[in-house]
Amino acid sequence: MSEVAMKEDPTEAMIASLSMPDSTWGAAAREDALARLRTIGLPQRRDEYWKYTRPDTLTQVDAPKAAVLQSDEEAMFEEVDRLRIVFVDGVFDADASDDLSLEGVTIERLAAADSDLHWAKNLYGVLEARGQSPVQRPLAALNTAFATDGVLIHVTGKPSKPISLIYNHKSDTSDAILHHCIKLDAGAEMTLLENGPAAARFNKVMEVEIADNASFHHVRAQGRDHERRTATHIFARLGTESAFHSFTMTMNGVLTRNDCVIELTGDDAIANVAGACVGDGDFHHDDTVFITHDAVNCNSRQVFKKVLRNGAVGVFQGKILVKAGAQKTDGYQISQALMLDDDSQFLAKPELEIYADDVACSHGSTSGAIDEDALFYLRSRGVPTDEATNLLTLAFLAEAVEEIEDESLREGMTARLGAWLERRSG
Amino acid sequence: MLNIKNLQVELEDEDKKILKGVDLQINGGEVHAIMGPNGSGKSTLSYVLSGKGGYEVTGGTATLEDVDLLEMEPEERAAAGLFLAFQYPVEIPGVGNMTFLRTAVNAQRKARGEEEMSAAEFLKVVRAKAKELKIDADMLKRPVNMGFSGGEKKRNEILQMAMLEPKMCILDETDSGLDVDAMKLVAEGVNALRSEGRGFLVITHYQRLLDHIKPDFVHIMADGRIVKSGGPELALEVENNGYADILAEVA
Repeated sequence: MSEVAMKEDPTEAMIASLSMPDSTWGAAAREDALARLRTIGLPQRRDEYWKYTRPDTLTQVDAPKAAVLQSDEEAMFEEVDRLRIVFVDGVFDADASDDLSLEGVTIERLAAADSDLHWAKNLYGVLEARGQSPVQRPLAALNTAFATDGVLIHVTGKPSKPISLIYNHKSDTSDAILHHCIKLDAGAEMTLLENGPAAARFNKVMEVEIADNASFHHVRAQGRDHERRTATHIFARLGTESAFHSFTMTMNGVLTRNDCVIELTGDDAIANVAGACVGDGDFHHDDTVFITHDAVNCNSRQVFKKVLRNGAVGVFQGKILVKAGAQKTDGYQISQALMLDDDSQFLAKPELEIYADDVACSHGSTSGAIDEDALFYLRSRGVPTDEATNLLTLAFLAEAVEEIEDESLREGMTARLGAWLERRSG
Repeated sequence: MLNIKNLQVELEDEDKKILKGVDLQINGGEVHAIMGPNGSGKSTLSYVLSGKGGYEVTGGTATLEDVDLLEMEPEERAAAGLFLAFQYPVEIPGVGNMTFLRTAVNAQRKARGEEEMSAAEFLKVVRAKAKELKIDADMLKRPVNMGFSGGEKKRNEILQMAMLEPKMCILDETDSGLDVDAMKLVAEGVNALRSEGRGFLVITHYQRLLDHIKPDFVHIMADGRIVKSGGPELALEVENNGYADILAEVA
């Protein structure tokens, strides 16, 4: 390819700007991912799954600048007893992190795990590659090829506390690519927390392999910095009677795209994905979920709530695919937007594709304003308009927040959302 | 206490007069009842006093202890001591009844420059008052009015009234949708709140509620005006003869 042609092709331009880290066991997976990326190319506006979200700022070579927000507000999860792993603009911060040892789990950094027979060899890039069909996810392939670091977590038992990934943001031009692999052995159980603005631009992939009877809990807070851009992917595969619970709260951020790709491959498994986002002004939030039922008697739930104001945009693309033979599937999907003014937008594309005949699947999507009758009722009791609006807005978000099983984490999320609303009222 | 003079109200969206000059004075300690046929403007009066949108006041005044109600926001009227028990209490999914009550009590206290009630104190008071109204712990925990029966919703209105301790209470068809036992319970709740400093305006279609909440004065409303006022005997007259005779007599 000539020099000139290369510059014209955004995929090649991006590849040329990055260097693949040295890797022993992961080298082949990275090369494979690079080949996938070259075949499918970076996302473009005409791609079906990028119709509502402009990929330009995620695919241009240099990350657009994002100012670091100075905030007095305490970071999320500070009160939680947890094992802290800190990244600053995508770079591991050993001083700020805890010792990576905890009973029932082994934790290593991707950049430091160099033994050639590493367990992650069977996971790194594997679920991502499976997740490229039927919908292509080029930013995830880019991630597998070029991720500079991440964590490899092997859960063999039931660690006594959550593992917490903290993504601090200090440089307004940082462009971070992290890739995590999490493997839960049969019967294992863990809670993963994630929080922080991460970087000016952040591309993160998490692959989660959940063996029989294991359960994985994930609670994430994407917040703070207004100008940050984020594209994340979760790829999860579930064994028999296993469980996957993921909740994401998003506040601020000019662009957030969260893809979640789940495969239920063992009978009687449960997958719940939920999200609550609040956006004000220059805010674009996209939840793209794909759940494949490929086993009997599995249950999946998608609960997404978005509060939008001052021209904020919310996108939901959620699909339930029930394969032939996946009988007794119970699939539920709801996506709702509360628009606090006429300038905001909610774009939803719920999809069901079912090839089994004994299933119960439901989906719903709504967008609406604050209920005027409820608002008057509260005001007639003396609650000022702003406070009443915030109370009703929190109530709207509650259905998604309630998907978090742990009560104290749930209350922490609610308090955080309440504080965000309060800061913006009046 | 509540002073309404020549109050005239139109619907905001259409050129339709609903209240055509209402005069009414309620003093502290008094219970007034307004009766009248459908469409006479009874509920409109309660909505306009509490500040619901959709109405335009085209004339007259309404003051509570000499403060102009009509200039105030609904929440300010509440803090000033006005309370409307809704004919159709609103269901609010996701907002716990207890949270709602505490938010309301403290919002009013804050507006009046009073100290907020502590969680412990609030809990103690609300439990005692709920018990009197036979409102169980479950009803306090559930989202506001969600899944409540008609009677439970009305009892919940009276509980709010008891917690907020307003100066002027307006009860809009509080008897609608209630069986006799539920009505008794509600009436007992209201009677317990009767005091020297508190006025009541009870809006109803039927005399039967007035058997339980005994009014000092009864007014008949028709076509946007109070056409006749009297003592409790006026309610009995309506019960026995209907509105037709009274309306014919004043026409």
